[in-house]
Amino acid sequence: MNRGAGRGFVPQILLLPACVGLALLVLPLITLVARVDWSTLWADVTAPEAVSALLLSLGTGLVATTVCVLLGVPLALVIARSGARLAGVLRALVTVPLVLPPMVGGIALLFLFGRSSWLGGILGEWGIRIPFTSTAVVLAQTFVALPFLVLAVEGSLRTTGVGYEQTAAALGAGRWTILRRVTLPLAAPGLMAGVILCFARAIGEFGATALFAGNAPGVTQTMPLAIYTAFNGAGVTQGTAVALSLLLLVTAIGVLLLVRAWRPETPR
Amino acid sequence: MTGVALDARVVVERPGFVLDVALHAAAGEVVAVMGPSGAGKSTLLGALAGLAPLREGHVRLGERVLDAAPGVRTHVTPSRRGVVLLGQDPRLFPHLSAHENVAFGLLARGIPKRVAGVEAEEWLSRVGLDGMGLRRPAELSGGQQQRVAIARALATAPAALLLDEPLTSLDTETAADLRAMLREQLSATHTTAVVATHDAVDSVSLADGLVVVEDGRVTQAGRVRDVLRAPASRFVAAVSGLNRVVGVVEGDRWSSGGMSLPCVGGGRGDAAAVFPPSSVRLGPAAELTELAEGEWLARVTRLEQTPAGVRVRTADPEVAVDLSADRVAEAGLVPGVPVRLHLDPDGVRFLPV
Repeated sequence: MNRGAGRGFVPQILLLPACVGLALLVLPLITLVARVDWSTLWADVTAPEAVSALLLSLGTGLVATTVCVLLGVPLALVIARSGARLAGVLRALVTVPLVLPPMVGGIALLFLFGRSSWLGGILGEWGIRIPFTSTAVVLAQTFVALPFLVLAVEGSLRTTGVGYEQTAAALGAGRWTILRRVTLPLAAPGLMAGVILCFARAIGEFGATALFAGNAPGVTQTMPLAIYTAFNGAGVTQGTAVALSLLLLVTAIGVLLLVRAWRPETPR
Repeated sequence: MTGVALDARVVVERPGFVLDVALHAAAGEVVAVMGPSGAGKSTLLGALAGLAPLREGHVRLGERVLDAAPGVRTHVTPSRRGVVLLGQDPRLFPHLSAHENVAFGLLARGIPKRVAGVEAEEWLSRVGLDGMGLRRPAELSGGQQQRVAIARALATAPAALLLDEPLTSLDTETAADLRAMLREQLSATHTTAVVATHDAVDSVSLADGLVVVEDGRVTQAGRVRDVLRAPASRFVAAVSGLNRVVGVVEGDRWSSGGMSLPCVGGGRGDAAAVFPPSSVRLGPAAELTELAEGEWLARVTRLEQTPAGVRVRTADPEVAVDLSADRVAEAGLVPGVPVRLHLDPDGVRFLPV
């Protein structure tokens, strides 16, 4: 086979911006790792605040991702099986939080669940207060991460189409059987991609969390907030921030590898 | 497992097109539906499978009413009809193995896993796929995939099986093997089936009855043999490989364009002359020779490659002549060339129009 055949006819000069782009993505991370003070690293990452921030991040991130799957998959199914016009409207609505600065999302969530709002008022009567709790962290993360999951799953469902579902129905399968044995397995690659994106977005979430949940260590101080606090801490060296960043980076890569290992065989 | 009778009248509206077809298949009978592309064959099968709502008509399977409209509207969802539609695309579930694909319908019907597994294995061997059960659809050839699809469909013991051009995407040899297998299994299981096809061989070898659908209507129906012998339209004539020329009878002569033949029986009115292309002889159109009985002058309009040589289309009237390729070259036939055609009147049948 011709070795050049697969390379197509891209102008060679484009190699230059491509390299710059790659460098822009990779160089900062390399520099970050280079700045790590290895002598204090272990102390930094095992400090109680660091551990609690990491556990909180992982915990809320997992819960948020689960919520995203439970709500996002049905939403994706609805969008994928709607007519073109309705699907367009729904997709636009889902995309809004994606293009919105997370800060704005945080303020909006605060207004919805705050004591002065109708919903916050009702919840308050039942003795439920959401802002500045761990629940708020999960809500903020879900708000920003849900669109990633919905769009990934919806794209996958739409590409597969309804042909296999019709076949399954003709063979006598009911709706739940079709969902469980045909629709979801066929959408698995999209679902997996969605879950990865969703989780990554959730544990990296900063803006909406900061405004809606605050920065209370152990309750709402997730890794990004802990890093921000350490970085801005008066008189504290930035070593802690660097160490925590490294921890977050390693965690993210670890999750990615773990999920990749579980990835089901891609159909076709 | 014994099939049940299928009785349907299907009226379905599509943009710029109305399908109105009545169809009947006795228990265990295989009925072929033929028609030009876009005639509504797939729409008909889709409606029988419950994928398209009827505007009018009914679908009955034995005692069960699957569809009725208008009036008391009935519509049984595809999963409860006991009707399986199998298309040109086998649509095997790509994430399941061949064995799991066949077992799918059995499990969906609540048959215990172990029993379903054994039955699926049996079906795979019946369609000639012994030992291939663990393969994914992507690891099977097109013909093998269609075999799995047939096994999957028949394994559910459908009350009726609908086949929409099941062999079209396969090469001739694979199609022939599959056709033989399908014929065997349909008759062994006594399954009532409707086969939409554009291939006369499918109709002849698989079906008992034939319904011809053109432009959304039935133009001819009957036993396969009877329909093909007496084509009532240009389409059926083309399918059965016959010439069908509509002309006028006056006294004991039939004529159409430059063509004139004796027509015993006489009478007046329109009649179609039916004859095979092989019975027409072609010669040079030497200008001054007189035309003998059964001879006429025509012009070549088109040449088509056939497995047996070349089909020469002429006008006027439109008559097809089969020649070997070397004869075509020898006679220098290209579109526009005048020719002299001769047809033995004994080989012609006249049909009322």
